[in-house]
Amino acid sequence: MQPSKGRPPRDGAGQESPVERLDGVGPAEETGHLRYDDPWYDALASGWGESAGAAVPAPEVVPSARGEGETGVAAADVYLEVQRSAAFQEVRRQYRRFVVPAFVAFFAWYVAYVVAATTAPELMARPVLGAVNVALLAGLGQFLTTFLFTWGYSRHARLRRDRAALDLRWDTQELTRGVNGGVS
Amino acid sequence: MTGEHQTLALLLFSGFVAVTLAITTWVSRKRRGSAEEFYAGGRLFSPMENGFAIAGDYMSAASFLGVTGLIALFGYDGLLYVVGFLVAWLVVLFLVAELVRNCGRFTLADVVAARMRERPVRIAAGTSSVTVSVLYLVAQMVGAGSLVALLLGGTSGAARAWTVIGVGALMVIYVSLGGMRATTWIQIVKAVLLLGGTIALTVLVLVRFHGDLDQLLLTAAGRSGHGEAFLAPGLKYGGDWTARFDFISLGLALVLGTAGLPHILSRFYTVPTARAARRSVVWAVGLIGGFYLMTIVLGFGAAAIVGPDAVRGSNAAGNTAVPLLALDLGGGAGSTGGTVLFAVVAAVAFATILAVVAGITLASSASVAHDLYASLRRRGGKPRSEVAVARVAAVGVGVVAIALGLLARDLNVAFLVGLAFAVAASANLPVLLYSLFWRGFTTRGAVWAVYGGLVPAVVLVVLSPVVSGSPDSLFPNVDLQYFPLQNPGLVSIPLGFLAGWLGTVTAAEVPDEAKHAETEVRSLTGAGAA
Repeated sequence: MQPSKGRPPRDGAGQESPVERLDGVGPAEETGHLRYDDPWYDALASGWGESAGAAVPAPEVVPSARGEGETGVAAADVYLEVQRSAAFQEVRRQYRRFVVPAFVAFFAWYVAYVVAATTAPELMARPVLGAVNVALLAGLGQFLTTFLFTWGYSRHARLRRDRAALDLRWDTQELTRGVNGGVS
Repeated sequence: MTGEHQTLALLLFSGFVAVTLAITTWVSRKRRGSAEEFYAGGRLFSPMENGFAIAGDYMSAASFLGVTGLIALFGYDGLLYVVGFLVAWLVVLFLVAELVRNCGRFTLADVVAARMRERPVRIAAGTSSVTVSVLYLVAQMVGAGSLVALLLGGTSGAARAWTVIGVGALMVIYVSLGGMRATTWIQIVKAVLLLGGTIALTVLVLVRFHGDLDQLLLTAAGRSGHGEAFLAPGLKYGGDWTARFDFISLGLALVLGTAGLPHILSRFYTVPTARAARRSVVWAVGLIGGFYLMTIVLGFGAAAIVGPDAVRGSNAAGNTAVPLLALDLGGGAGSTGGTVLFAVVAAVAFATILAVVAGITLASSASVAHDLYASLRRRGGKPRSEVAVARVAAVGVGVVAIALGLLARDLNVAFLVGLAFAVAASANLPVLLYSLFWRGFTTRGAVWAVYGGLVPAVVLVVLSPVVSGSPDSLFPNVDLQYFPLQNPGLVSIPLGFLAGWLGTVTAAEVPDEAKHAETEVRSLTGAGAA
């Protein structure tokens, strides 16, 4: 859980255990100059708005990373740091943990449906109830699973990722801003 | 069709045109002409608004006219399209929507170029985006043409040609004057109209059968002349193995193509955050799913009430099944109800075509101006405003689409859209997924992935029975047919992925670790997102 891998000191608190963060518990108090209970507010309070153009909450530092010359290199380091941080790894793990199995499941189910429709029409034509046959049920089943997967994905993202991702967003922007010398 | 039909439909349609033009003017009144506004509408749409707009962009004439026609003619095999169109949204939702919103600014190429050498990647991605858009546009133009042919009676070539030209001119006006903001509002208005029309027709069909879906299906099967086989797969894509592989190919293209459609990708840039992008997809899935469920009822309804013979008699490809159904549901030809309903449906279909065409034109003009022009113009030349270039590009894209639309008028609209999906899935999807998820991806890999999917897809279409060598081809008298399948997806999609992999492993270039980190962090957190 120790965050510091030689990252710039000012973000020390930003990369604490993601578990705490998800529970809404503030980060470790030892560094204590950043709190995450309300990311929007705290991001502002911790110097987010201090540079020029403070009126615009949208990131002025859009790291287009192209043609930014000397500062580009440093900004790249920031992203590498963030990528290695525990908090980011957790967000990525949560994303993959849902998306990989869910993608495999729906894609296999869809391909199976298409292949069955073309190679086994007799099976698909088997009547189930009145005019309704296996093929119609499978087609409607595809609709149903699509709705379910959509619901499941958005629920998972809302509960498991959104908050941590938002924290990371502000931290990262803070860092790139710091690297770029606060000039935007 | 009678004069009343024409007058009423034209009146309603003029009403829609007037409203949309009013929106365009109103929206562009305090325009500042920034690229942000022109391409992304200021990024301030709400998820619900964007959800409706996505649905409006996606529920094209191909679905409303083409798919219902296919169901009316071939029964269950038409329904397979609908399933593919909907399931595709899971690919978009899981892998694309949020990440693209976070990484890009206006186009697909933005996402890829952030990691790679910019110029070759932009040119490649820009080229493929424009190709996909033009193919998709042609499908919409053909839809407009067959609709007006029905409306004005007979198949007067001149009337069709003028419709296609008129639609093209209108879309250029919308796009070049109103940009994304006007286009989005037009999509929203259109989505509401289309859903309203579809709900009304579905209710009427169900009322006709007293809510008995079983009866509806049995009647459809009975009138089709195929009996039970009408309700099972195989009428269109059964038979020999060529047809079966053709279908699998189409199925793959449909489910993987949506995530590579430029006009769909550009919709995610109109909302402020990735979370809003996700919520707009959820809205869109609900709306689109509901819509497609209703088109199934309408398709079988058309088979049961109008009958496949009458549908085929009006338009061989089935594109006019829904208007005919409306005419019958309203009380038949000559009755007031029939006239009104027919006119409403025709106007809604026109509105649909116009809105979709505007959306695609905008996306492709963004590709031309933001990717191609920005990369290809001479260094040191006087830089012109990108938005001005985009406006000119909209005109150019419009002209090309009109010309091709006049050429391809006898093909089924849903089928043409299938081609556009195949090209999108082969050329755009591999490069997009590799850039987002593959650490070792390189510039050469990116360029190869695009061309390695685009070139086979286009070449295979040219060599397919669609273009030549069979009586239904574009050029029946020429025989260039060397590829048996109508849809190239089965071959070209794996080729796209393979080429991207091959280009990457053979490249001397060392993948930029830091750029990958940046893409990954930005895509999942939204840091630094525009």
